[in-house]
Amino acid sequence: MSVLLIAEHNNKELKPFTLNASTAASQIDSDVHAVIIGHNCDEAAKALSELPLIKKVIQVEAAHYENFVAENFAPIIVKLAENYSHIVSSANTFGKNLMPRIAAALDTSQISDIIKVIAPDTFLRPIYAGNAFATVKSKDAKKCVTIRPTSFDSCESSGGSAPIEKADPGEEFAKTKFIKREEVKSDRPELGTARVVVSGGRGMQSGDNFKLITSLADKLNAAIGASRAAVDAGYISNDHQVGQTGKVVVPDLYIAVGISGAIQHLAGMKESKVIVAINKDGEAPIFSVADYGLEADLFEAVPQLLEELNKLNTIQK
Amino acid sequence: MKILVAVKRVIDYNVQIRVKEDNTGVVTDNVKMSTNPPDDNAIEEAVKIKEAGKATEVVAVSIGEEKAQETVRKALAVGADRGILVKTDGIIEPLAVSKLLQKIVEKEKPDLVFMGKQAIDDDCNQTGQMLSALLNWPQATFASKIEIKDGKLEVTREIDEGLETIEINVPAIVTCDLRLNEPRYASLPNIMKAKKKPIEQLNASDLGVDITPRIEQIKVEEPPKRKAGIKVSSVAELVQKLKNEAKVI
Repeated sequence: MSVLLIAEHNNKELKPFTLNASTAASQIDSDVHAVIIGHNCDEAAKALSELPLIKKVIQVEAAHYENFVAENFAPIIVKLAENYSHIVSSANTFGKNLMPRIAAALDTSQISDIIKVIAPDTFLRPIYAGNAFATVKSKDAKKCVTIRPTSFDSCESSGGSAPIEKADPGEEFAKTKFIKREEVKSDRPELGTARVVVSGGRGMQSGDNFKLITSLADKLNAAIGASRAAVDAGYISNDHQVGQTGKVVVPDLYIAVGISGAIQHLAGMKESKVIVAINKDGEAPIFSVADYGLEADLFEAVPQLLEELNKLNTIQK
Repeated sequence: MKILVAVKRVIDYNVQIRVKEDNTGVVTDNVKMSTNPPDDNAIEEAVKIKEAGKATEVVAVSIGEEKAQETVRKALAVGADRGILVKTDGIIEPLAVSKLLQKIVEKEKPDLVFMGKQAIDDDCNQTGQMLSALLNWPQATFASKIEIKDGKLEVTREIDEGLETIEINVPAIVTCDLRLNEPRYASLPNIMKAKKKPIEQLNASDLGVDITPRIEQIKVEEPPKRKAGIKVSSVAELVQKLKNEAKVI
């Protein structure tokens, strides 16, 4: 039996996490097929067919697939599932929204957010905001698995030439209507894949003060993150939230500014390679995970940090 | 309109959990338990809708051991009208929970079912979506804003890219994000009043649903520990360390 990967895309391009999910899928079984459901998504389907790990692409097109409504997607995948042993997608808001709808229809107990494939039926996954790791084995005939994208490398994106098969679309689910999507456009690296992340917390005290974070991020070519407290306070929009219920990031460098380090925030960043914490409270829990802690007032330390960085001849991008 | 709200009893979000020495799970004895945080948002939203005159009844349901009654009682103290406890023992997976909830929905016939988007213990993020699949109802997950407009809901959802707005027909399932509202605290008089509100108790085995786990939990371990870092005394030292020691800038 083979693995069916659900590709995530915007009808033009593949979303980067599809490459991480492909890697995870290929660790379950080398025979990976990918389904792409969308509207006018030929370009994205072609990009998918060029991933060397993908052996076959199944493309499903209809106008009602343009906005990725789970109620429309699920029946198509449930139908295709009869030929597969595993259904795989990323555990981001796309996969989290969609996969359980598929799993329930298949009467399968889904395994969410895996960080390692131990065997085709056995996986490692974090529980309790990453404060424990559970090894779990699925006894279901068909397995629905979502993968934590930052725990798997991206696969090669070119060199493959998988055949693209078209499959018939299903009917529209009329009781759910997409209205709009407000995406925050930015020239910065994406939070989920950035090499450097600079995050601000409640200590920033206002949305206006977040410009300190922005300046630092500009200097380091970094993505901007935030703690839930900062998002709740309205300092910055929700797409920046790092943590148990936000995004999980694993950058080479994570700089936490004015973040105390609540359990739920640590869940989203503690696997980062190097962690820097700047906080005036020396007892803040963030220091327990920081490689380099600076106990200082951020409103003095961040401008100084910018100055020091300006003195460097080169900064890695 | 009638709203059913599912609430789960979990280890309190402020507790630093400990893994059992025999690796069979985490320690729950003598540990503070609370309502799963986004389930508090779900109850709050339902109660607000009722207070606005747009719902007639709010029913809180929990599935779990006998003590989950406390979680139902708390929902009653913040404004739910009555409660249901479906008693089970041991691990119960989201698929089984959604099948049990389906039975409750068939009996109670609510127009809306609310619950938190994710439980902070198993971090599965599945139950709402599974229940809507089983009922073939629309689903609005990760909701941060809900507006009721003649028989329909307009829901703003928090997604990775920003915000998405969808319109769903009733009956529907909504899973709530923490930013949906600010859950109230129960006042003492309301806590006293809640003691008199009815909680119907059912046994999961009486609902005719197979809830046998499909996933074998082989072991639960502590995650690898980060080695202790150092405190630097100045910004200059920090930059020097990042440049020359960690080599990340």
